[in-house]
Amino acid sequence: MRTLMAYVAGLLFGLGLAVSGMTDPARVLGFLDLAGAWDPTLMFVLGGAVVTNFVGYRLALRRPNPLFAGAFQLPTRRDLDGRLIGGAALFGVGWGLSGYCPGPALASLAGPTAPLAAMLAAMIAGWFLAWFLAPRPRP
Amino acid sequence: MDITASLHGLIGGILIGLSATWLMLTLGRIAGVSGIIGTLVTRQPRGDSAWRLAFLLGLVSGPLALALAGGGLGNVVGRPEAVIGEPAGGVALMLVAGLLVGVGTGIGSGCTSGHGVCGLARLSPRSMVATLTFLAAAIITVFVVRHLIGGGA
Repeated sequence: MRTLMAYVAGLLFGLGLAVSGMTDPARVLGFLDLAGAWDPTLMFVLGGAVVTNFVGYRLALRRPNPLFAGAFQLPTRRDLDGRLIGGAALFGVGWGLSGYCPGPALASLAGPTAPLAAMLAAMIAGWFLAWFLAPRPRP
Repeated sequence: MDITASLHGLIGGILIGLSATWLMLTLGRIAGVSGIIGTLVTRQPRGDSAWRLAFLLGLVSGPLALALAGGGLGNVVGRPEAVIGEPAGGVALMLVAGLLVGVGTGIGSGCTSGHGVCGLARLSPRSMVATLTFLAAAIITVFVVRHLIGGGA
């Protein structure tokens, strides 16, 4: 049941990315290009998603626990640190170069190309690199 | 302004918001793609991987379903029949960009979905700062590539 619920969430997410045009890097780069022919689409996507989810979270989190899991797993940190800001800056440069953030890049596997495959392979390598660089006690 | 494109954006955005709410309501999880899939590929946590793989399959089947449903439902610039747009550069550029996206979302604990869609909806100060940071970095990068260097993406 947990697997089915996650599939439905992924399906809704993938449909949303495709309907909104976020699976087209030109839409994303058009939004980021303030000095060019600015494309406001991404603003409507992020705005629609955040407002919907803002209301949705407030309703969902009234429950004592999720429908198919023991507890809500919410991040608790509120401090700002160099890893958060440095990581976000590196991500932003990669996003600006390609027009792909992780969701649209993976969803675009529905129409694979060689540059997309390169993007995904390098992104996975980057996740491994970040994981090895993470400060943590090692067993 | 292209009203149809903006309307597509709004409808798609609402679907993404519903997805994030759905994942919280059913499994109690943040719908952050880099976290869900990054953890799946780097760690495969026992008993905590099947739902991540299912989410990924759903993520890919969304655009596939839309493509199979026929034309006009996507929002690719200048190609109303298409659902998936062309990459903005070649293999070399994508290797660099992919590495930056992977490392950055890995050490920065999230991407556009985890920090943007979910973190902003939770009014998380970390996610607000992260979202402003990656938006600013991306806007500067596009300005440099398109207007200072010229060409490229």
